[in-house]
This record gives sequence, structure tokens and C-alpha cells, in this order.
Amino acid sequence: MSEARDTVMRAVRQALSDLQEKTPLPEYDSEILICAKYREGEVGGWLEFGENFAAVSGRPLTEVGELLVFLKEEGNDSGYCDPSLKERVGTVLEESGLKVHYEYEHDKVDDYTFGITRASGVIAESGTVVLNDEDTVDRLAALAPWVHVAVIENEPIFETIPEAIENLGDSSNVIWVTGPSKTADIEGILIEGVHGPGVQICLKLD
Amino acid sequence: MSKSSQPIDDFARELSRETRDAVLSSVVTRTAGRKAKLEADYKDPDLLRRLAGKVKQHTVEHLDEYLEQAEAALTKNGAKVHFASTAESARETILEILRNKGATRMVKSKSMVTEEIHLNDFLEKQGVECVETDLGEFIIQIDGDTPSHIVQPIIHKNRRQVAESFEKHGLGAYNDDPQTITHRARKHLREKYLQSDAGMTGANFVSAESGRIVIVTNEGNARFGMAANGLHIALVGIEKVVPRDKDLGLFLNLLGRSATAQQLTVYTQFINGPRSKSQPSGPKEMHVVFLDNGRSKVLASKERDILRCIRCGACLNVCPVYRQTSGHGYRAVYGGPVGAVLSPLLAGDDFPKYADLPKASSLCGACHEVCPVNIPIPELLLRLRSRANKEGIKSAGAPPMAPFARMATSPKLWQTAMTASRAMNHLPITMMPIQPLQAWLKIRTLPKWRGGEFRKWMKERGGVNSGGRNE
Repeated sequence: MSEARDTVMRAVRQALSDLQEKTPLPEYDSEILICAKYREGEVGGWLEFGENFAAVSGRPLTEVGELLVFLKEEGNDSGYCDPSLKERVGTVLEESGLKVHYEYEHDKVDDYTFGITRASGVIAESGTVVLNDEDTVDRLAALAPWVHVAVIENEPIFETIPEAIENLGDSSNVIWVTGPSKTADIEGILIEGVHGPGVQICLKLD
Repeated sequence: MSKSSQPIDDFARELSRETRDAVLSSVVTRTAGRKAKLEADYKDPDLLRRLAGKVKQHTVEHLDEYLEQAEAALTKNGAKVHFASTAESARETILEILRNKGATRMVKSKSMVTEEIHLNDFLEKQGVECVETDLGEFIIQIDGDTPSHIVQPIIHKNRRQVAESFEKHGLGAYNDDPQTITHRARKHLREKYLQSDAGMTGANFVSAESGRIVIVTNEGNARFGMAANGLHIALVGIEKVVPRDKDLGLFLNLLGRSATAQQLTVYTQFINGPRSKSQPSGPKEMHVVFLDNGRSKVLASKERDILRCIRCGACLNVCPVYRQTSGHGYRAVYGGPVGAVLSPLLAGDDFPKYADLPKASSLCGACHEVCPVNIPIPELLLRLRSRANKEGIKSAGAPPMAPFARMATSPKLWQTAMTASRAMNHLPITMMPIQPLQAWLKIRTLPKWRGGEFRKWMKERGGVNSGGRNE
């Protein structure tokens, strides 16, 4: 392996050895990356997030009741909920007759029609839900069910993408989810729900 | 096939109407979407393109330093880093990683670089099942086809063709509704994920600063490949490194908008090593294989700017030649304007085999205008044409230019030829048995010859010193 490494590194150094003038690394303020619509708006925060999340087919909710109505209307009768959200979310759904599991069983991946897990924050500018390995109780629970509900309580609302990048933290896995899983591979026609959720919800609890 | 046309002309001429329409309608929509999104979101999108171009140019010009930095950061994050100087060495390295874990079922997310090293064929022969999970790539795989676009692999197919393939491969009775097709693929591939013991990906970017690997997908397939099994292997071209995490923001903002008119691709993953201790799903082991495979040779060339490419496909979408041919006309993994530069260069000693590709361009400059990293593609195409010329590579479609060059550099000869050629107006040229001429005339009409008249006109109006006054 180290031999292969040496070969590659030597080839790269050799390739650059004759280069007289090198391009300096440009410095820039990440402000310029923020999209104009956002920069000029005065809303920000959860409202801005909600608008942008809806624009990418996400569903922003602020009441467990709204979630309950949606799940029932769509015929979701059995799903998974992060045990740490049992009290605030799970039991409310159970009381209305939904079957809620608090242990995620890998051989039942396709039996859960919804999955409720914690998010690590949201990004207002892009309507993005931020998940990471430490806060997500199981990667599959946030991915395999048709409906994924990402819950935030006191987690941060990042205003912009550069701000969210600055705050990636040291989690081994951070994932930004901007709407439901989708494809336009066939004739450019948009279809939601390819491998991941066809419905992406973000529930903010006060 | 006519001898006077380039191979890509012949390919385009024989392309079915159906395929041409499929390609054209898709790229036209994407080109318009890209422009609208960038202009709606930024006052001066060009500013970002130029900046991103400089950042990436800086990176490739310091690639040795950034690669070492990335390697150190990845190792610190708990990933195992490998290097491969050739396609063969990359394939062997990947096989060894799989063998060490006893892995025989692999799910793959879309990756051009694995296409480049023909990984699937190799692994299948070694008894490893490789399943493409991106919907488009999955269809390519069951059809035994190759992708014809960097971002939209089945741009050359329509829904009826896809429905026929699904039926043929036991994925349900004929149904050409894209929603039904997608849901059938979801069900089929879900099982493959859950049975898999390895996940293979490429990478869109690697931050040298933190070692974070960034992978974007809209379907969520790369995420699923890294949730359903315990081994992650990423094959990464050495040019994918960027200096800092901050730069990821710059490139992500440009990539989504340029490729698919999205502010961000749906699933943007920042992978900092194997899964965390508290996480029950996902890779316990992460391997990153940095691939050279001709890139260091590109780096040594004057065309090294092409290594800035972030594979958004915008130059394909806007290119008048790509629009008539699809990606398959380029006979290589990378098609379109970027492919016309990259394929001959990556071919190394096989450069002559692809030396015609840089000529498959009218040099209209649209590719340069849309490029999110501001690569001067037309300039690079010209350099490669001149290289082919210097190396004496004769490729199809190039009429002998030496007599013209001799004539054009001698004023006397030129003047005589201009006047004498007036005789052409009286010659039955459409009847002349000169094969290349006839092939040329088949698709073009020769205008009436008016050569030499400018000089005559100039002389009559008082010579060069008349200052352009009307008299």
C-alpha cells in the first residue's frame, strides 16, 4: 500500500515541479454565498425555514396534533419513535390509536410506515434538516420509512449554509436533508420517495 | 460512413430520432433551470464561478500538500486511506478490502470514477455481486448499457424503453408510469441494501482541513448504502480535494444549482469516519481509495485546468454537439465538452485514439460560460487540437490543411488563387469524383465564389490611405 502511495505522491510532485507561478488561495467572505432572496428578506428563523422547507416539498409542523392528523389521513398506523420522544410525541399518537414502537428492529424495517427521530438543527436559508450520528437514534429509522419526522426542540436554527458549515461539529456523520428523497432520472419527471422517505416532515416542539 | 466526417458526426447521423429527442428535451430544460436558479439567487453568479475556479486551481496546483493533509485528517478520523496509481491497482485494492471482510454483496451509489475503472465487471468476475442503486444507473446496469450523461445516466432512454427493461428483467408487467417504475425499483433495491455487506461510493469533495468526505444524492441511495451494512469504501479521484470546510459551502452552492437547478441536493452527507459509537447502523469500517489513473499526467500538462471539474454536467447540457449526439458519441466514460478534454488526456499513451474528440466542438464557448469552476474549455480543446497536429496524429474528418497553410502564408500565391478560383463558378463541382468533396457537399451548399474582390474594391476606392472616407 505504501508503495502505491509513494508512486502517486511522486507522480503528483513531479507533475508540479516545473510549475513556476502558482495560484494563491483566494480569501473570501462566505457572506457572498448566501442567496440574495435570503439576504434581503427580514424574516429568518423558523418561519423562513418553514417557507423554504415547503418549497422543497417538506412539511414544517409545530404541533403534535397536526402530525397525528397527517399520519392518520395518510393511513400510517404503525411506526417507530425515538424513545426519548416517547413522552412528548409517541404517547400522543398511541392515545389516538396508532401503534408506536420504541425499539427499532432491523428485520422489521419495512413494517414501520413512519419513523420519528431527533434532528440536530435546521438551516433556514435552504429549508434543510440537519441530522447527525449522535442525535439520530438509528440511521435506518430516519431513512427507511415512507414518512420521516425530524423533531427539533432546542436545537439550533442556522440562518445560512455557511453558518451551518461552520457548525458541522465533530460528529462522524452529518447529513443535510433538503426535502423528500427524489429522482428525475426518467424523462426528467420528478418522483418523490425513491430509496428514502417520500414524505419529509420537520416538527418543532416548544 | 463518409470519410470526410468525424466519428462523432457519423454517430450523430445514425442516432435515432427517439434518442435525440429524449436528450434534447432534457438538456434544454436543465440549461434553462440552471440559469434561472442562479440568476434568481445571486446578483452576480459569475463572481462565484470565478472564485470557485481560483480555489480549485489553487488546490490542484498544490495537490501534493492537500492530499497529504487530507490523508492525515482522514486517518485521524478513523478511516483507512489507500492510494492507487492505476485502474488495475484500484480494483485490486477494493477487492482486497472486500475479501478481508468476507464481503460478497455490495451496493453502489452513482460514481463516475468506478465507471472509469470498470469496477463492476471486475468484481462480478471475482464473485462479488455489485448492485447499482441510483435509479438511472440501475437501469443502465440491467440493460448492460453505459451512462450517457454525468448526472443523468439514462438521458438517452425514454420511459417506454425503461418499462420494457423492467418487464424483461422480472420487475413487473409492462408499465411505463415513472412513479410505478420508481416504486418497483425501491422495493427491489431495498432488499439488496438489507442483504448487502458493503457499500461503495465515490465522493464529490474531500476537505483537506477536516478529512470530511462530501457525497450528495437526491435519491438517498448513498445514505442507504451506508446505513444497511458495516463497510464503506469510497473511491475518490485525487483531484476531488478542496482546501477547507468553508470551501465546501462554495462548491455545494454551485454544484446543486449547476447540475439540477437546486440550491442543495436532497441528501448532502459529511462523512467524518466510521459510524459513531452510539449509532447502531452504518459502517464500522471506512476505506478511502485515492485514484490517480492518469490524473497526475493531466496535472503535468498545460491542460491541468480540467482537473477543477466538479462533474455537474452543465457543459454537456449546453453543448450544441452533445445535444446532437448524447454522451455515447464520445466513446468514453466522460462525454460532452469536459469529456472531449478529459478523455484524450486520461487515455495517456492512447491519446491518438481520442484525438478527434477535441475537434467535436464549434468552439462556441457556451461550456466555458456555464462552468461553475470557470474552466476555459474551448482554449483547452484548441491546445489539444494543436497537440494532435504536432504529434502528427491523423484523425478522421480532418482535411489535409498543409496546402492551404502554404497558400495562406504567401500573399502572392493567395492573390493568384483568389482570382483563379473564380473559375469554380463555371465548373461542374457537384459532378467531380472527389470523394471528400462530394461528402462535404451532401450536407452543405457552396456559395458563389467572390474571392479577390475585396482587394479590387479597396484599390478602386483609393488604396489603403484613403481613411475610409466615402467619396
